[in-house]
Amino acid sequence: MAVSQMIGARIQRREDPRLITGHGRFIEDRTLPGMVHLAVVRSPHPHARIVSIDTAAAGAAPGVLAVLTAKEFHTVLSGTMPVAPAFAPDKKYVPPRFPIAEQEVCFQGEPVAVVVASERALAADAVDLVHVEYEPLPAIVDPEAAMHPGSVKAHTDGPDNIGWDTTFAGGDIEAAFAKAEVRVKERILQQRLAPTSMETRGVLAQYSPFDERLTIWLGSQNPHFIRFFVSMSMGMPESAVRVVAEDVGGGFGGKISPYPEDYLVPAAAKLLGRPVRWIETRTESIQTTTHGRGQVFEAEVAARRDGTLLGLRLTQVLDLGAYHGTFGAFQACAGLMAGGVYRWEAVEARSVGVLTNKVPTDPYRGAGRPEATHVCERMVDRLAQELGMDPAELRRRNFAREFPFTNNFGLVYDSGNYDGTLDRALELADYPALRERQAEARRAGRLVGIGISTWVEICGFGPAAPTAGATGGIALVESAQVRVLPTGSASVFVGTQAQGQGHDTTFAQIVADTLGMPLETIELRHGDTAEGTGFGCGTYGSRSLSVGGMAVQQAAVKVREKARQLAAHLLEADPDDLVFEQGRFAVQGSPATGKSIQEVALAAYGGSLPSGMEHGLEAVSYFDPSNWVWPFGAHVCLVEVDPETGAVRIEQYVGVDDCGTVINPMIVEGQVQGGVAQAIAQALYEEVVYDGESGQLLTGTLLDYLVPTMNEIPDMTLDRTVTPSPVNPLGVKGIGEAGTIAATPAVINAVCDALSPLGIHHVDMPASPDRLWRLMQEARP
Amino acid sequence: MRVPAAFEYERAESVPHALALLARHGSEARVVAGGHSLLPMMKLRLAQPACLIDINGLTGLSYIREEAGQLRLGAMTRHAELLASALAARHFPLLGDAERVIADPIVRNRGTIGGSLCQADPAEDLSAAFAAAKALAVIEGGGGIRTVPIAEFHRGPYETAVAPDELLTEVRLPIRPGAGSAYEKVERRVGDWAIAAVGAVVWLEGDVVQDVGIGLAAVGAPHFHAAEAEAALRGRAPDAAAIAAAAALAAEHARPTADQRGPVDYKRHLVGELTGRALRRAVARARGREG
Amino acid sequence: MPHPLTLTVNGTGREDAVEPRLLLVHYLREVCGLTGTHVGCDTSQCGACTVLVDGAPVKSCTMFALQAEGCRITTVEGLAPAGGGLHPLQTAFWEQHGLQCGFCTPGFLMAATALLAENPDPTDEEIGRGLEGNLCRCTGYVNIRRAVRAAAAAMRAGAEPAATAVVGG
Repeated sequence: MAVSQMIGARIQRREDPRLITGHGRFIEDRTLPGMVHLAVVRSPHPHARIVSIDTAAAGAAPGVLAVLTAKEFHTVLSGTMPVAPAFAPDKKYVPPRFPIAEQEVCFQGEPVAVVVASERALAADAVDLVHVEYEPLPAIVDPEAAMHPGSVKAHTDGPDNIGWDTTFAGGDIEAAFAKAEVRVKERILQQRLAPTSMETRGVLAQYSPFDERLTIWLGSQNPHFIRFFVSMSMGMPESAVRVVAEDVGGGFGGKISPYPEDYLVPAAAKLLGRPVRWIETRTESIQTTTHGRGQVFEAEVAARRDGTLLGLRLTQVLDLGAYHGTFGAFQACAGLMAGGVYRWEAVEARSVGVLTNKVPTDPYRGAGRPEATHVCERMVDRLAQELGMDPAELRRRNFAREFPFTNNFGLVYDSGNYDGTLDRALELADYPALRERQAEARRAGRLVGIGISTWVEICGFGPAAPTAGATGGIALVESAQVRVLPTGSASVFVGTQAQGQGHDTTFAQIVADTLGMPLETIELRHGDTAEGTGFGCGTYGSRSLSVGGMAVQQAAVKVREKARQLAAHLLEADPDDLVFEQGRFAVQGSPATGKSIQEVALAAYGGSLPSGMEHGLEAVSYFDPSNWVWPFGAHVCLVEVDPETGAVRIEQYVGVDDCGTVINPMIVEGQVQGGVAQAIAQALYEEVVYDGESGQLLTGTLLDYLVPTMNEIPDMTLDRTVTPSPVNPLGVKGIGEAGTIAATPAVINAVCDALSPLGIHHVDMPASPDRLWRLMQEARP
Repeated sequence: MRVPAAFEYERAESVPHALALLARHGSEARVVAGGHSLLPMMKLRLAQPACLIDINGLTGLSYIREEAGQLRLGAMTRHAELLASALAARHFPLLGDAERVIADPIVRNRGTIGGSLCQADPAEDLSAAFAAAKALAVIEGGGGIRTVPIAEFHRGPYETAVAPDELLTEVRLPIRPGAGSAYEKVERRVGDWAIAAVGAVVWLEGDVVQDVGIGLAAVGAPHFHAAEAEAALRGRAPDAAAIAAAAALAAEHARPTADQRGPVDYKRHLVGELTGRALRRAVARARGREG
Repeated sequence: MPHPLTLTVNGTGREDAVEPRLLLVHYLREVCGLTGTHVGCDTSQCGACTVLVDGAPVKSCTMFALQAEGCRITTVEGLAPAGGGLHPLQTAFWEQHGLQCGFCTPGFLMAATALLAENPDPTDEEIGRGLEGNLCRCTGYVNIRRAVRAAAAAMRAGAEPAATAVVGG
């Protein structure tokens, strides 16, 4: 084996030189000769019947090449947009969705026509000239109201608004509750959020009628899936479609599922015979890019007076929006993970997906797992408060400690050490001193609170068997191809697609160690379906390293083992007698006799191969993990609430996480920082708001949708423990979503703790100044 | 990104030239200074002027000086320049307080005080600060120059006393002895518009409030002004009870509306709280003690 | 109708004719071909389009190209010294992992350049206030703060823009 030197090293990112000098290549940076611009005419109504569309004026406007509606698109697109079974396979009602509305619009922003013009500004001008006559229909906005029989229907043709109604039973919940000595109950909201990658979406498509080939460039988290879906809809062989994602300016779940424009732009390119580009505006993004969360939980905990947890029962009402998001039902996993890091006798979770007249919801960073952690960690804190126990102590009393640990739904947590991360986090925060400080502040009438969150995450999707069912056929394995060229450098092709995660660096570190090659001789390529392996599933769900990185490692191992055979042949030695160190095969016991990997590579393309060996030095690997991986950790937050304004200030933030073996600690830390920031954003600032009556989006710009600035995000004290995963040879787990999963309950528990002297038990998100002031007003005598 | 509708562009070379252009293009024209209110509106196509008259070349309107017992601010003074001005800070520290929380430093580099005033957004901070300072607006038009008390400058949301063929050229703040001032704002996050904001200027004579100005932003106060609170405090010693009474009056007479930034009662509460805070700091500053 | 425009972009004089409604950011990206300046919103909030106009940071989405008549524009492509290498802020963002997806980074670099020109030794609070007009969705800002501190220290110590940094250093 090579001496490990790259894995675990803080390597500066190889992506950065182009990005810090302005030479990144994002979707709007790419132009093609003859390119024209597409703009979308969108419904201003949340729900309406389309009476007529008059395109004459727009069609006659300067620079306009075409105005296209559903009628034209039906000539090149077929079928409906995909909906995966995910965690709610038994769907009751799936409204069919064509990429562009034909008779009825069901959310504000739904496409009704597109304009293609020679210049972006002219396309925008012509949008205003398309006259659509609508007959407004009543809109349903509130998912709980939408559940009632007789509610206004989000689709006039639908039977009702129930997308699914599924109950996960994990043990005998009645028996667990029968033993209860104490119960606590709470209603917990998960507000709608807009993923808000700084780069909005965008699509550029070019259709060649001569060889009937289509190329699509877009900002995407999974180009192979886009090719899969769009080629089918356009009736083209998958192989005739090439999808390319270059630099992608953030995703956070908002660039996973196929969108209407992913179909409409290529279709327009085919209809017009010109390269067509559409770049989403921020206003369009907040209005039409899928939202995350949007859930209401009713939760109840049964426990003994000594703090032993018995049962957890919950209902998740999930606001689907107007259509099922392609992977929207993934968020039902919140129920399966609601037990968190604890031992329970039983957990029962009902999930109801409800259609409303709003943009569809779909995964947003963490997807289901932040909701699970929030509900669990809030309930545990509520119980601690009820019992007068220290929340850290209550957690310790119930931690799962024996691994692998099988939770109430049969999910097997691979490895863990929950005491380890909690102990370290409390040590770093100096928990006793914090409690002292809090007591002193309280005596002075100040509202200071401490919040703890101990979290676990299911991630690393695969494995093949369960995920093939969940996607509707495609197993979430991951692929890689490692190709060593004659002069000894390597190209590595992967099926994942980074949007800032630094795969060019970490995956190269893995190859460098496995093949003993200098980092700079390893080229990592992703995002182009015309290269590398047949299929890749993309980057989301903290899966890239533990599935994709393992495919890279396994492909590199295959290459190394072939190189070993060839080196043995060249050295006239037995392959088993060779040691591989620092990129060189040497004969055991005579270190002077050896061949470098570069020498072997040249020989692999030469004339003296052993009989039966094929030329070349490359390998493909598909990695199918045997289980998910289960990162975990403990976060501690200290806040102070201004009693007069309701403003929250985070005074201290500590996070200790465990993602198993770390490839690049700098990148891991960065992922946690960014994740925590997005969680703080949810806890205190962000919310997509629709008018409850009219269904109009009220937070349609970044002036209204409050993405935090640097001033809202504190410095963080971060540390980690290392408990390797037994699921993969490197022992790695995911870390991309960890911070987002961990931090909302840490912050909200701290706010609740701060307000507890006033008798306030629960605060919903965002814990905005006006909301806290209202609670304090109501609590004050 | 969204793009504005097409328009004609004129670059004004002088104030008379700007006025001539305004006269020529009529009400279809808009003046663009820093553009940080107008351009976003144009991109969202909430504003579609047929002609833009760019007055950024009128550098003669960019100044901060003391003259005739007044602090005089040229309308083209950038927010960043006002924030950096030691002269302004010496006479009216509330201007610095307010500028620090207006938008962000990049916007402040470009945005002008005249542009902010003329946009007349009900949540605009400088309007409240100027209301508290009892400023005067200097308006030039074909008919000459006129001076309008700030309380008459704002006619309502997005409406000012500046006629379509006129230009705001200067803001004057009378300098009087015994002054102290402060500006207090609560925002949902840094850089946001105010949930509520209060500017206060007190002029002390001995232990008595000889005069006081209280300006309110984002809470529906007519002309950004808390007249009742001012009247209650004028002529009294600025003790805790007097300040509390003034704060209560300011809250009572504010007319906030509910929006994403908060409900009515919360905003009203903030008016009281912030009026108290601003007055206390203004008094401390008047007495030479930073509050 | 196009109007003539004369200005200097990254040290190079240019003469063009542009429509009045052409925004400075689109002029830089589409006329000059400098795509390092990005667009992240419609309403001047995100700061991804920040460039220096006569040395002062401006959101180039909120200025018409014609308004830059006679100005000196510096974009992220013009930040590094002409002879090669990186600006100390670029080096610091790289070393401190101050970027992930990199989309907001050019705006942060330009805003931070102006901040450090005005305040060579900013506190964390001053960095936060100085960069409040720029949004980042990936980093949580922690490493951006660190990078600005590091660059400030390097520049105070007289760091010339570094020679080409070494990958894997």
